[in-house]
Amino acid sequence: MSTLLPLVIVVPLMGAALSLLAIRSRAAQRVISVTCAAATAAMSLAILIGVDRNGTEVAAIGDWPPEIAINLVADRFAALMLTISSTMLLAVLLYALGQRTDDERSRWYHPAYMVLMGGVSGAFLAGDLFNLFVWFEVLLIASYVLLTLEGNDGQIRAGTTYVVLNVIESFILVTGVALIFAATGTLNMAVLPERLAELPDGIRLGLNLLLLIAFGLKAAVFPLFSWLPDSYPAAPSPVSAVFAGLLTKVGVYAIIRTQTLLFPDTNRELLLIIAGLTMVIGVLGAIAQSDMKRILSFHIISQIGYMIMGVALGGVAAISATIFYMLHHIPVKTSLFLVEGIVERETGSSTLGRVSGLARRSGPMAALFLIPAFSLAGLPPFSGFLGKTAVVTEGLEQRSWWIVGAALAVSLMTLVSMLKIWVGAFWGAPDPMPADGGHAGILRKHPLMSAVTTSVVTLTLLIAVFAGPLYRFCERAAMDVTDVDAYPSAVLP
Amino acid sequence: MSWEQALLIGVLAGVGTYLVMHRTLTRIILGLGLLGNAVNLLILASGDGPGVTPIIGRDGDFTDPVPQALVLTAIVIGFGVISFLLAMAYRAWTIDGNDEVEDDITDRRLARHEARNAALADDEQEDLA
Repeated sequence: MSTLLPLVIVVPLMGAALSLLAIRSRAAQRVISVTCAAATAAMSLAILIGVDRNGTEVAAIGDWPPEIAINLVADRFAALMLTISSTMLLAVLLYALGQRTDDERSRWYHPAYMVLMGGVSGAFLAGDLFNLFVWFEVLLIASYVLLTLEGNDGQIRAGTTYVVLNVIESFILVTGVALIFAATGTLNMAVLPERLAELPDGIRLGLNLLLLIAFGLKAAVFPLFSWLPDSYPAAPSPVSAVFAGLLTKVGVYAIIRTQTLLFPDTNRELLLIIAGLTMVIGVLGAIAQSDMKRILSFHIISQIGYMIMGVALGGVAAISATIFYMLHHIPVKTSLFLVEGIVERETGSSTLGRVSGLARRSGPMAALFLIPAFSLAGLPPFSGFLGKTAVVTEGLEQRSWWIVGAALAVSLMTLVSMLKIWVGAFWGAPDPMPADGGHAGILRKHPLMSAVTTSVVTLTLLIAVFAGPLYRFCERAAMDVTDVDAYPSAVLP
Repeated sequence: MSWEQALLIGVLAGVGTYLVMHRTLTRIILGLGLLGNAVNLLILASGDGPGVTPIIGRDGDFTDPVPQALVLTAIVIGFGVISFLLAMAYRAWTIDGNDEVEDDITDRRLARHEARNAALADDEQEDLA
C-alpha cells in the first residue's frame, strides 16, 4: 500500500514532463493530463480505503530509518483531503477541456496544471516541515503560471500582488522552518512534537506564530486575506474554481497540522478571535461586491473562518466538525465557480448589472447554482447545514457564545449575498433577449461543462445524504489528528 | 551564529523589507532577492557554528550537512521565483510602459467615488456662492 504514496506525487509530475514533451500536440496533452489525473484520483481513493482499514501508511523515501528519512505520511485526514482534492482537480480538468476557450488552449496550461496537482498531493502527504515547504512552493509556482497564463493587463496586475505576497509568505515559512531546526535539530514531523515540547514557552510561542502567519496567509485568514479577492477573479473560471476550492484549504490543512501535532492547544484564544473576524469581514466584503466572482471570492474568506473556528475550539468533536466542513466546502465552492464559469462563457460577463434573467433561460442551471448556494449559506437539508451545525454545536458545548452568535449571523449574511447573485443574475427577464428567444438550453450548448458541474453538485448532495458514515469517518480522522501520540507512533516503529 | 552573521542577516532583511515597500516591481524584486538571501543565510546559521569542516569521509567532527542541503533547495526555489517575477515585470513594462503595481479594483472605485463626491461638493459650494 505504501508504494502508492509516492506515486500520487510522481504520476502528476510525470504527466507534466510528458505534456511538456508533447507541447506541439494539444490532443496528446489532453490525453496525458486526463489519464494522469484519473490515475491519481483512483490511487488516492485506494489510499483512503487502505488507510481507513489498516491505519496510517508511511513511506520512508530512500529506505532510510523513518526518524532520518523524508517521510510521506497518510493518516485518515491526509488521505481524505488527498482524495477530495484529486477528484476535484480531475473534475475541473474535464470542465476546462469542455470550455474550449483560449486558456486551456495555451500550451502551458496542462503542464502547469499537472505540477499543481503534484504539489497539492505532496503538501497533504509531507511528513517533514521542509518538505511541506517545498510542496507548497511547487503548487504555488504552478498557480503563478496558471493565474497569469494569458498575460493580459488585469492578470499581470492581480498576479503581481499574488506572487509578491506569496513569496514573502514563503520567506516567513522558511524562517520558521530554519528557526525550528535551530531549536530542535530536526524537521521530521513525527520527532518534532516531543522535541518542541521540551522548549521554553516563549520560544515555542514565537515558532508557532511564525508558522501561523505563513499558513494563515496561504489560508487567507484575517488580517492576511487582502490578496485573495483581488487575484482569484483575474484567473480564468476553471483555474479560479481550483484555487477557490483547494489552495486555501491546503493552508487550513497545514494550520490544523501545526495546531494539533506540533503545537497542541496553544494560541486557541487568538485563533478564535481570528476565526470570528475572518468570518465577519469576509461576508461583509461579499455583500459590498457586485461581481459574481468577487462575491464568491470573499465568501471563501468567510468560510475559512468556520474552519479556523473548529481548530480553535479543539478536541475530537470540533476537529471532526472542521474536517467534515472542509470535505463539504471543497466541492461546494468549486461547483459555484463552475456555474459562474458557464454564466461567463454564455453571457461574456460575470458582473451582476450585465447579466440577468438566467433562470428564465435555463431552469436547470439555476438549480445548479441554487443548491451549492444554499449549501454554502448552511440551509437544511444541504451539506453546509450539517457542517455548520457540527461546528456551532461544538461552540455551544464549549460555551463560546460570541463566536456562535457570529457564526449564525454570518450564515444569514451569506444567504443575503447569495440571494443578491440570484436576484441579479438569475431572476427577472433576460436582458438583452437572446436572438433565439432564450429557449435554447444553455446547458445543452456546453455538454461537458454542464456534465461536470452537475456531477460536482450531485457530489455535494451525496455528502449530505451519506453524512452519517462520512461524519463517523471524520470522527475517526479527528481521533488520529487530536491524539498527540498517534502520528509519531505510526511513523516511528 | 556569530554576531557578524546576525548583523549581515539583519541588514539584508532590513534593506529587503524597505525595497519591498516600494511601488515599482523592479525594486520589489530586488528587495525580495535581498530578503531571500537573508533567509538563506539564516538557514545556514541554523546549523553548527562556523569553523567546522564540511562532511568528508566518515570520521572526525564535521558540520551538520542538513542546513546545507536545505539552503541549496531554498536557493534554487528563490532563483526560480525571482526569474518568474522578472518575466512578469517585463510583461508589465511591455503592456503599460512602466512597472508600477496598480491599486486593486475596489481601491480604484473608491478613489473615483471620492473624486466624484468632491466634485459634487465643489459644485454645491459654487451654487451657494
